[in-house]
Amino acid sequence: MSPAVVSPRRFAPGDRVTVTYTHPPGHRRIPYYIRGKSGLVERYCGAFPNPEELAYGFDGLPARHLYRVRFQQTEIWPTYDGPAHDTLDLEVYEHWLSPAEEDAS
Amino acid sequence: MNDKAAHTHAEGHAHAILRWSDDSAHDIEETTRYPLMTEAIRQILVEKGIISADAVRHLIEQMDARSDVTGGKIVARAWVDPAFKERLLANTKEAIAELGIPEVDATHLIVVENTETVHNVVVCTLCSCYPRMVLGMPPEWYKSKAYRSRVVREPRAVLKAFGTELADNVTVRVHDSNADMRYLVLPMRPLGTEGWSEDALAHIVTRDCMVGVTVPRVPAKAHAVE
Repeated sequence: MSPAVVSPRRFAPGDRVTVTYTHPPGHRRIPYYIRGKSGLVERYCGAFPNPEELAYGFDGLPARHLYRVRFQQTEIWPTYDGPAHDTLDLEVYEHWLSPAEEDAS
Repeated sequence: MNDKAAHTHAEGHAHAILRWSDDSAHDIEETTRYPLMTEAIRQILVEKGIISADAVRHLIEQMDARSDVTGGKIVARAWVDPAFKERLLANTKEAIAELGIPEVDATHLIVVENTETVHNVVVCTLCSCYPRMVLGMPPEWYKSKAYRSRVVREPRAVLKAFGTELADNVTVRVHDSNADMRYLVLPMRPLGTEGWSEDALAHIVTRDCMVGVTVPRVPAKAHAVE
């Protein structure tokens, strides 16, 4: 899809990942509500020029790996008013993801 | 989407730094920076003979011609042809190419299937990303802050406001179309459509069904006025 991907993929479907909790200024494709939340990689979407660079007139290369991650609604919103099996899927670029730390709970 | 993408995604802290990212600009009827730049560039390109005014008009005409009729055809085919449905879910671009619908680029389209236990609904919280290649232009409510902010947080309440009530045993799956992919909901074929032609089926697959805020319904014949 994109010619200039530098690195092999770090994640595969089923991996539990955490979205980085950070608030840099500028054009970001990661909604605030999902920062710091953890979910499971649902699928790999391909590599795309980085929109955080494209937004400022750069070429966005090297392309970045994009994943769809599935989150439990009750983990996103502590006050979620619905069944525990409801989910939300969204796309996250690899540089916003890290392996989720195993928590005891 | 592109006109908005550059200036709607920064919120919170970012406002102090990127003043032009204020989303409220979209609600004001005035010529703002980007439309003005676009128009200036268009005029210069036409004056220099690099593009023609007719070519621009033609592209706008093509973009406006896209509609949910295309999405309806795709869904109807999936309903009558289970093998096509499997291909559509697994390899969307190739499956849609089979239908011979010209100028539909489904490269970045993901089809999500409603079942007895899963109901899908699509939103773009960051702007108004929408599967225009198969549904045409998004409705106003899809772009509203109310829909965008609420449907991720209380999807069942929003669906109820659209007249769609789901049982607790159904998983509501929200798709935030926040980056490069676009989403089309494949609704369930309603009861009472056995033996219908593909064309008749396509007519009950409305835009809202394919965004996921409602489900296809069979018109009540009993209410037909003599």
